[in-house]
Amino acid sequence: MTLIEHGFSSVVTDSKARRGGRKGSTSSSSSSSSSVVLDPLSSMLDGSDPLSLFAAVSQTPALPHSISAGELGRKRREKEEEVGSDFEPWSSKRGEILSRFTTTEKLSINLFMGSDKSKASSPSSAVSEKVRTRLEELDDLEEGSQRELLNLSQQDYVNRIEELNQSLKEAWGSDQKVKALKIVIQCSKLLSDTSVIQFYPSKFVLITDILDTFGGLVYDRIWSMCADPHPLPESFSADDVNDTAKETCLNWFFKIASIRELVPRLYVEAALLKCNRFLTKSGIQETLQRLTAMIRGIGDPLVAVYARAYLCRVGMEVAPHLKDSLNKNFFDLLATFRQIHGESVQNQLAQQRVEIPIYLTLYSPAIHWILQCVAYRAPEVLLTEMMDRCKKLGNNALLLNSVMWAFRAEFVAMRATDFIGMIKDCDEAGFPKHLLFASLGRSLSCADPPESERLSILNDAWKVITKVRSPRDYINCAEIWVEFTCRHFTKREVNTILADIIKHMTPDRAFEDAYPQLQSVIKKILPHFHDFSVLFSMEKFLPFLDMFQKDSVRVEVCKSIMEVFIKHQQEATRDPVILNALLHICKTMHDSVNALTLDDEKRSLSLLINGFIRMVSFGRDFEQQLSFCVEARATFCNLEPVIIHLIHTVNQLAMETRCVMKGNHSRKTAAFVRACAAYSFITIPSLTSIFNRLNLYLLSGEVALANQCLSQADAFLKAAVSLLPEVPRTISIEGKQRSSEPFLLDFINNFLSTLLVVPDHPEQGVLYLVRGLLNMVQDYTWEDNSDAKIRVYISALPLLAAMSQESYLYTIPKVDSNETLYGGDPKFIAEINKLCETLIGQVLDHLKGLGRDEGVRRQGSLAFSLFGCLLAHGDLRNNKLNQLAVNLWNLSHKHGFCDTRTSVRTLEYIKHQAQLADLSHLSDMTARLSLQSRT
Amino acid sequence: MSVSLDIRLKRANKVYHEGERVSGVLLVNSRDALQHQGVSLSLEGLVNLQLSSKSVGVFEAFYNSVKPIQLVSSNMEVVKPGKIPAGRTEIPFEFPLQAKGNKVLYETYHGVFVNIQYTLRCDMRRPLLAKDLSKTCEFMVHCQPQKSKLQPNPVEFSITPETLQNVRERSSLPRFLIRGHLDATSCAVTQPLTGELVLESSEVAIKSIELQLVRVETCGCAEGYARDATEIQNIQIAEGDVCRGLSIPIYMVFPRLFTCPTLETTNFKVEFEVNIVIILQDDHLITENFPLKLVRV
Repeated sequence: MTLIEHGFSSVVTDSKARRGGRKGSTSSSSSSSSSVVLDPLSSMLDGSDPLSLFAAVSQTPALPHSISAGELGRKRREKEEEVGSDFEPWSSKRGEILSRFTTTEKLSINLFMGSDKSKASSPSSAVSEKVRTRLEELDDLEEGSQRELLNLSQQDYVNRIEELNQSLKEAWGSDQKVKALKIVIQCSKLLSDTSVIQFYPSKFVLITDILDTFGGLVYDRIWSMCADPHPLPESFSADDVNDTAKETCLNWFFKIASIRELVPRLYVEAALLKCNRFLTKSGIQETLQRLTAMIRGIGDPLVAVYARAYLCRVGMEVAPHLKDSLNKNFFDLLATFRQIHGESVQNQLAQQRVEIPIYLTLYSPAIHWILQCVAYRAPEVLLTEMMDRCKKLGNNALLLNSVMWAFRAEFVAMRATDFIGMIKDCDEAGFPKHLLFASLGRSLSCADPPESERLSILNDAWKVITKVRSPRDYINCAEIWVEFTCRHFTKREVNTILADIIKHMTPDRAFEDAYPQLQSVIKKILPHFHDFSVLFSMEKFLPFLDMFQKDSVRVEVCKSIMEVFIKHQQEATRDPVILNALLHICKTMHDSVNALTLDDEKRSLSLLINGFIRMVSFGRDFEQQLSFCVEARATFCNLEPVIIHLIHTVNQLAMETRCVMKGNHSRKTAAFVRACAAYSFITIPSLTSIFNRLNLYLLSGEVALANQCLSQADAFLKAAVSLLPEVPRTISIEGKQRSSEPFLLDFINNFLSTLLVVPDHPEQGVLYLVRGLLNMVQDYTWEDNSDAKIRVYISALPLLAAMSQESYLYTIPKVDSNETLYGGDPKFIAEINKLCETLIGQVLDHLKGLGRDEGVRRQGSLAFSLFGCLLAHGDLRNNKLNQLAVNLWNLSHKHGFCDTRTSVRTLEYIKHQAQLADLSHLSDMTARLSLQSRT
Repeated sequence: MSVSLDIRLKRANKVYHEGERVSGVLLVNSRDALQHQGVSLSLEGLVNLQLSSKSVGVFEAFYNSVKPIQLVSSNMEVVKPGKIPAGRTEIPFEFPLQAKGNKVLYETYHGVFVNIQYTLRCDMRRPLLAKDLSKTCEFMVHCQPQKSKLQPNPVEFSITPETLQNVRERSSLPRFLIRGHLDATSCAVTQPLTGELVLESSEVAIKSIELQLVRVETCGCAEGYARDATEIQNIQIAEGDVCRGLSIPIYMVFPRLFTCPTLETTNFKVEFEVNIVIILQDDHLITENFPLKLVRV
């Protein structure tokens, strides 16, 4: 063997072998030869390299091309077969790959920017001056010809690649096309490096992003060169492209064809595949075929399979109708499949300490993608052929997995039994079997296998799944099969599976790491079991829920169950199984509430629990219902909306009882409604919101009254009155502080109208509650400058007027109101009169006070409302009252703040009333009411 | 005052054949009106020969540089002395491309020892105190398609330890068998070199398989002639330990400018060869050489 100098002047003999001279595969073979040797890249840098030609060309004015519109129309190609929305796009795979293939090992980026310095700096008589200066220029441009970045963490690596992507765009933007191309070449060179192999799929994703950017930039540039005078139509042909654009495009391809290394040349050319449209009609097809064949030259099977995936991806984007090269890619993949188990791979794995099953999963994204492209809208025959070819190959688990992923689910489902057979035959040491079953399960959850095979499929699959040792692998696989089981089988099978999952996940608290999967199991089961009695009759369902021991997850699961229940439960239930289980679930949700729980969360939990309570009905067994409410109150004491709902429920229960008894309570039902009242009475104080308490007191009081529980009603109303002083001046509504006054006025008016029918307590004085209320109103610290108190007084007048009637406007059946109790007793009337006088006196005092200040506007409106009150409820035949009314009218008009339209309408009303027989006295009055002059 | 002078050829690819007219415009861009003493345009085609220091020695290489051979040369005055108005002025021109005397117009070729180049040069002479302006522009010449029909003559090859020359201890060589063929060794310069290669078997892993395009330039001079082979480009067709028994395509595009139809004249020769280089994992290098004949069709 001769050791000869590494030069080419002597490479003239036929064949020879020599040793040395090469240090690494990346260094150019000409680097150590005599200085006269030019490599194409550096000689390209001569004045006439393609890129400067390209630059020169771009300066020449575009050739005038005149293509008539008709010609354009004729040339328009038929619309290419588009890729439909049923094709899962690359963008959705991208993120998945990036998150799945990660590493903690240190990575490195090695970039040779520019040409080797040694070559440029060695002066040579042969290299022209021009070339040399160009080379120097380039070196300046690249600030050092080689950069090696070592010890990068994964995140650093991603950032670096992103930086490169940015500098690519910048270089392109600042017209440095050579630099842009160099960046792309260097990046794609990284793809031939398989150190830190676990990261390779992610690296592929990152770098192909750059390639995509580059391809887009070049295409757009050439496209814009043809935009003069008209932009090219979407479906242009090569004939529509002008010479300048064609020449530029050709220059790119010549430049790429001279890239020394295989992998970068392949990737960059694939990235520019679309640009072939500018040159020839068949260019894309020919290039695809050629590149497909070229990949055979890549020895490393992983690098090769990803190169194929990229080619298929670009092919699908640019020319989805060209299926041939897709198929060819797949068959080539099959042909080189044995490489995966070859010696060089084994050595590499041993060196990097990566195990075979992990290594094999690195292939999955690429093979999935290739098969997805191949299988897209492919005829059944082709799929069958592909499958047969896979079958023939030994050790085909990896392929099998991808076939199940990528082929139509129906196709896989039809042959599910076959697949199971094949999976069983696979080598134990290779691709993990649970992944195979997971893939099969995924297909079967979308499409149904023949009915007769279903049970045996499940049995066969589960036999393997249950043997998976690692809890993580087990649950990943089991979770997928739950869907299939739920779709086709009954609760018995589902129960068995749940039991199996519990058995696997309990030891060593393995479930703690598998919450997402366990949650997904629940989510898959729920839609198939709308009948909750069936769901909860599965023995293992609740034990399964017990595995969720982390609070947040547990509550999540409970919520999802309750949501389904509320959505699908049609009618109320009393099934003890359901009630017990749901009570348990709701209790779990309730117990998660603590001081830190957000209001929104509380609200949504309450909503769910209320939904459940609404669905509970024991029919006519009211007592049971009440005792359920008692239990629920104890269970859900922290959620106010639930407590409120329970009080309403109990009140409703009382009213239903009344309904059933048609108003005549027996001793037993009377006792029951009293129990209901008692329930409300002791529950209300536990609420924090004061208006809720007030309103519920009033409501419960009314219910008690309707059920003839007088003392209970009294107690409720008394409680409400004694609560009044506690009402704060401001309350918080939706996070804002608001005055409580309007709410309080509303409540009091409501309360007053109820008081009409409440009979006086025999042991208390006359109008005990009315006085009590008015006293409270008087003592209440109203806002400064507020007329609220006076308004309450004015609205109390109609009540007093109504009470003095012989028969009341409304009464409650079987309850004697004051009308019956007093029977129009003059003493009673006198009492009322006295009260009225006091009130009117108070109002007049207030009016006087207002006259002094700036409050004349308020004075006017208050005077007018008192006038209205007197007009409606007062006996104006009484001269004194009549005079008061007239005075009030005048007072309200004194300062001109009243609404003229209302005044006119009121006056018309009085005139109208005056025409009635017994109200003739009003006509006198009208004469004395003067309208404010409008001047 | 800024003035720019530019030559724009009509053809985007700047390729012309003998007998055609080289046409285009001179583009003058000036902010102000421009005084000048005539604008002339010259067309020149030259063959530059250089002797390799390796073949003839450093001194001879320096002194004995061969005189360039002029293939075509013409000159014309495009604009008489006068004024060019401000703004953009286009001056059309046209040159017949005709060889000088009985010379032949060889194809444009950029090599190491042989260079064949055609240029257009435009000169604008300007009065005192202003620099003369000039601009050169290279254009390409392709020779007429050659009459001789291209014969597809595929070449089969097979490489084993036994076929190697230059081996000292044949017994220590690893066993391997590489078979393949080139579709043709007589190629059109516009078409790629194609073929196939199959690694039937190999005891040692393959590191890389490359195609090396080599130019062989021969210059005649007083002392005889110098013949030098240098690399034009190296294209990797296989990387890593490729699959056995699977055909790998051989494909190489001939770079423009750096290749031309094989040329043989009295003074110099330009020939091409391709080497198939197989590098083994242990850096053994196996080379198979094929002379090529390039033609333009």
